[in-house]
Amino acid sequence: MKENKEIIPLDFEKPLIALSKQISELEQKTRTLQNGNKKLVEDLKLQYSKVKSEIYKELSPLDKVKIARHPQRPYTLDYVEKISPVWYELHGDRTGKDDQSIIGGLIEIDGQTVMVIGTQKGRNLKENQKRNFGMPSPEGYRKALRLFHHAEKFNLPIITFIDTPGAYPGLEAEAKNQSQAIALNLRELSGLTVPVISIITGEGGSGGALAIGVANRILMLENSVYSVISPEGCAAILWRTKDKTQEAANALKITAKDLYELGITDEVIPESEGGAHYNPDETSRNILNAIRNHLEELLKLTPEEVKKDRQDKIRNLGVFSTN
Amino acid sequence: MALKDFFKNRQLKRAAKLHQKQGSATAGNISELKAKSAIDDALLCSLWTKCQGCNELLYTSELKKNLSVCKKCNFHHRLTAHERIEQLIDYGTFVEINDDVLPSDPLNFTDLKSYKERLKDAQQLSGVSEAIITGIGNINNQLVSIGAMEFQFIGGSMGSVVGERITRLAEYSTEKKLPLIIISSSGGARMHEGILSLMQMAKTASALKRLHEEKLLYISILTEPTFGGVTASFAMLGDLIIAEPEARIGFAGRRVIEETIRQKLPKDFQTAEYLMENGQIDMVIQRQTLKQIVSDLIRLHTQNIKKKRFSNNGSDKTIFEKILARL
Ligand SMILES: [Zn+2]
Repeated sequence: MKENKEIIPLDFEKPLIALSKQISELEQKTRTLQNGNKKLVEDLKLQYSKVKSEIYKELSPLDKVKIARHPQRPYTLDYVEKISPVWYELHGDRTGKDDQSIIGGLIEIDGQTVMVIGTQKGRNLKENQKRNFGMPSPEGYRKALRLFHHAEKFNLPIITFIDTPGAYPGLEAEAKNQSQAIALNLRELSGLTVPVISIITGEGGSGGALAIGVANRILMLENSVYSVISPEGCAAILWRTKDKTQEAANALKITAKDLYELGITDEVIPESEGGAHYNPDETSRNILNAIRNHLEELLKLTPEEVKKDRQDKIRNLGVFSTN
Repeated sequence: MALKDFFKNRQLKRAAKLHQKQGSATAGNISELKAKSAIDDALLCSLWTKCQGCNELLYTSELKKNLSVCKKCNFHHRLTAHERIEQLIDYGTFVEINDDVLPSDPLNFTDLKSYKERLKDAQQLSGVSEAIITGIGNINNQLVSIGAMEFQFIGGSMGSVVGERITRLAEYSTEKKLPLIIISSSGGARMHEGILSLMQMAKTASALKRLHEEKLLYISILTEPTFGGVTASFAMLGDLIIAEPEARIGFAGRRVIEETIRQKLPKDFQTAEYLMENGQIDMVIQRQTLKQIVSDLIRLHTQNIKKKRFSNNGSDKTIFEKILARL
């Protein structure tokens, strides 16, 4: 993604836009005015940054959903490009399609070869036709499965980047057994002996996300969300109206902070202020640091321990009471 | 005529030198080379080559310098097996193995010509003893086993010798823990050996199973054209499958399919690009970057093993030492 591009503001950012406009107008004028007004500008700037950090601190779950879906949010390929000197994309499931909503390939981190698998959204209509808005078909999951096995064979740790509205709901996808493709990945991922780290970078859309998200470590970017259903979908089913999307978003507990507190995830990776799209470089550095830390720990384990670590983690998911 | 002789002699000397380096400059080889050059006169001595992609007349030495890729239309011309090896393997490091595995005529097969005759003609035409040459050599200082098919030899078809040489190469790779590279160019199974050639599919695939079980890397490189029993066995079994631009790759031939389904097929049907779109191969790579990319891929697939936690798996250390010792 090109940087320094005009950022499209979200609705809750509108007060900030107005304020920042006022400041720059005033600044224009102060060039010809005295010191008193310069002081005023400084004060306004201070106030601005205070308001800004307050707004971003108090974001509602639905605000975070909006950031997670921001059209300028960095996607898997943007991160790959920033964290690795090499990128060799490997294509196809070998059986009939190269689903481009899931990409996979080889990168290098500190002299270690790593297999990256991630969902990929497009930036415009044409790209999104190719990427299917980041919604994988069975062939996409089968490509991922092929690459999981490839990584296992060659002792390559796996990092998955997840940002998908979900698995593609379509006729052909059902005919080709979407469910089996997802299910098989869940089973096979749990049996790998190479470390698997999953990073939710945007939308963690239910089973479509989990199919590449069974990992030793699950990390979430600060403004990403991960949920069994979209807030809109949940509101429509349980509240019977999409007007209750806000309520559904709150109730579902979908933010990075929520999932960390629920013990599902292992770390919340900070983003640049306002969201990753404001500073993809800074966010990529944070991601790389997190990967390094977790990878270092996981590489100390034997292959069998890596597998057990993951299986233990999965085994402990769920909350219930017993008498 | 003087010019013609100049080119002819230069080519002959070069080829002889190459063979000497490989320690296999037997009398047989030299006479074979001489025979080859007689056939190749027209080719060697033409200063101009007509591009098979755009029909443009190209300066032959320029074309060769560009690895036989047309600068105007990017057509990747067919290469001989020796040219393939030269383009991929570090200069002077190739050692051919199993070149003593030679064809016979198990079925006493005769069509318009006897198979024995065909073999002799093919050897003269191509200057190689069978449709594949195999050996070991370095790619940017990384030792690999490599096989390159020769399309000029009865259409690169697979009979007992191709099957045996590939199988032995895979077995050698498995034993010595070397990455395996096979560059395919073939019309498929060799009819003149009947069912025996069909069985080579099973034999090569089975050898690759053992390589796979040892977790060794196999890169399959598909070039114009790769079809039939070759595609349906070792060529499609690469951990990584790379193809050259616009190379035609498939199982059944285009004409057979068109006659069967009574439909015209799209222009890009069975091209490398078509295969990639249909999820069948990993990448389509321009010939000029092929060596660098293959070399990088080998590095990326072996460096983690070198660093693998030795204490956990004693046998890895010996693998590592073996690899090191060979380099
Ligand atoms: Zn041309």
